[in-house]
Amino acid sequence: MSRRSWVRPLIAMGLVAVTAVVSACGTSGPGETSGGALKIWALEDPVLNKIEQKSIDSFKAGGGNASLETFGNDPYKQRLRVAIGSPQAPDLFFNWGGGNLKEYVDAGKVADLTAVLDENKAAKDKFIPSVLDGAKLDGKNYGVPMRGMQPVLLFFNKKVFTEAGAQPPKTWDELLTLVDTFKAKGITPIALAGTQAWTELMWAEYVLDRFAGHEVFKNIRDKGPEGWKDPAVVGAMSKLKELIDRGGFGNAFASVGYDAGGASTILAQGKAAMHLMGSWEYTNQLDQSPDFVKNGDLGWIEFPSIPGGKGDPSNLVGNVSNFYSATADSKNLDAAKKFVTTTLHEDSYIEALIEAGDVPPVVGAEEKLKKSAHPDYASDIYKMVLDSKNFQLSWDQDLPADKATFMLTQLQEFFLGKVSPQQFVDAVAAR
Amino acid sequence: MSSQRPSAWYAVPAFAFFALFAALPMILVIYLSFTAWDGLGTPQLNGGENWSRLLDDSEARASVWRTLLLMVMSWLVQTPIALLVGVWAAGKQRSRAVLSSIFFLPLLLSTAAIALLWQALLEPNFGAFVGGPLFLGDPDIALYTVVLVISWQFIPFHTLLYQGAARAVPPSLYEAATLDGATRVGKFLHITLPQLRYTIVTSSVLMLVGSLTTFDTVLILTNGGPGTATRILPLHMYITGFSGFEMGYASAIAVVLVVLGTALSIAVMRWSGFRSMSSQQEGS
Repeated sequence: MSRRSWVRPLIAMGLVAVTAVVSACGTSGPGETSGGALKIWALEDPVLNKIEQKSIDSFKAGGGNASLETFGNDPYKQRLRVAIGSPQAPDLFFNWGGGNLKEYVDAGKVADLTAVLDENKAAKDKFIPSVLDGAKLDGKNYGVPMRGMQPVLLFFNKKVFTEAGAQPPKTWDELLTLVDTFKAKGITPIALAGTQAWTELMWAEYVLDRFAGHEVFKNIRDKGPEGWKDPAVVGAMSKLKELIDRGGFGNAFASVGYDAGGASTILAQGKAAMHLMGSWEYTNQLDQSPDFVKNGDLGWIEFPSIPGGKGDPSNLVGNVSNFYSATADSKNLDAAKKFVTTTLHEDSYIEALIEAGDVPPVVGAEEKLKKSAHPDYASDIYKMVLDSKNFQLSWDQDLPADKATFMLTQLQEFFLGKVSPQQFVDAVAAR
Repeated sequence: MSSQRPSAWYAVPAFAFFALFAALPMILVIYLSFTAWDGLGTPQLNGGENWSRLLDDSEARASVWRTLLLMVMSWLVQTPIALLVGVWAAGKQRSRAVLSSIFFLPLLLSTAAIALLWQALLEPNFGAFVGGPLFLGDPDIALYTVVLVISWQFIPFHTLLYQGAARAVPPSLYEAATLDGATRVGKFLHITLPQLRYTIVTSSVLMLVGSLTTFDTVLILTNGGPGTATRILPLHMYITGFSGFEMGYASAIAVVLVVLGTALSIAVMRWSGFRSMSSQQEGS
């Protein structure tokens, strides 16, 4: 074959490749026309998505135009990252507030909603201020709460406690004593879904808060290494190690998963006595083990206090709420602002959230919660949040993604006993 | 111009496909490995920072060792079983055909199904081995559990390769050996094995490169846990890139994977004489 005969096919190959790349990039064209439907992205949830769709329908009835797209947890985070600077970006996007939102704000991708919230006092005043602050950065509001509040609570099996003649722990020492009590009876004291690091993180968060106070974490977030090197962090992690070494979580936790239902089921079946989990655990148990909840065997309390610790026993950690934020480059920014200030505090939306078992982030919801399907539970959570001195957003959402990912890995090694409290602190401080 | 061979134009679709879906992404990954990029904004060139970090990263080094261990273990477990079962299944008896189709069942299951199945089976409170070893929960044995699950998944495929190849061995060879008084074992060692030489090479390359880049099964089965006990290199890359959003650093890890994979398959080809591809049969 002569040399010439190769040249043209080669050029053709190059052309095909280039055209394909160009046409792939070019598909973004049609979406750019302004005045189109408001594109809203949220996390997939079979119950809540229906309510969110309803709020969109009512927005449409009022002359607006909007559509909802939903994604599972990890795909959502990845998709949002990639899409947010592109023409495919949504106009409004679901987020967790805090450091997770800060990354987008710092990149100049999020619209400032302070002015529009101030203009719409009726909407702004309806939200619990501390929750609204969950999406406030440098004094500016970047998000409006759109789902229920989800603090982390210590759930327990009342039947198991009664049979052991024990009381739910009010202090750390009581918790340690209970570990011995249940171990002696062959019951795993605390259920822990250790395949997922965020379940272990809940323990680290509460122990640090109770032992050292909530400012310590604020320092970690704002100052990084210097914050981690506070001696109180090693102190708190040593407390936690004491609980792990005492067998508080049994020895099988490392292969128990939360999504697969492992941890929740051993609590419901009485194979474990306690379970530290987000408030969604109630609806989860109701769904998976309905009899356990209906017989009144599922109990819940706030995390025990640590004697001599600096943290206020009313402090909470968890998901403060979820927020809608508007993208700065949105062609529909005005419509987006209108949507967040008109639909999210409407009575019909709040009532639908309550009906679905959520505890809405609005003031004056006591009466409505009393009439809900699970009045005791919902009212308890509502009161806990209102009474809390501080409501710390989960660390994995409050730290930048790269730091959070590294910390979660180190935490899993810590729970397995591969890393000492000091080594844990040294490792995360070095990042 | 030769009219005997197809024109080079025939290669255009294949080359265009390769350029677009293999070469171009690879070039982009090499570029990204010299940048800092969190997925937001535009990648910023940062010199060799990712690469010097990679040299110091003990977690990356540990995951390379885990990957190599997984690779060698998978090969050691899968090859003898697949070879023996494949040769056995090559027989024409009806019972063998029935049993073979049962052995091949895992081939019909998707990776996700297999991983979830084994995860449920090995669950410490509700699985099939309650009170037994913590197959997925003990950092010292979790990697071996992963090897067994991957082997369970892929042995049928390799068995199929060996079955096909063993059936292609000319019966005349065995007949001659029988006349010479060779035993079953002797026939296997001196006829079947040499005749299957290139199938062994093909299957080994698939196994070695496959386990170097295996990802989905481990992601679903253990997500690299407990702790980092099963965090192999591809998973380390995924977690760095898509949980930590350090796309530049993850790209550097990806380049290492590409280089390791290519080097490995070239090495196996060279060492085994696969490239000459001469037939083992007389008269051809």
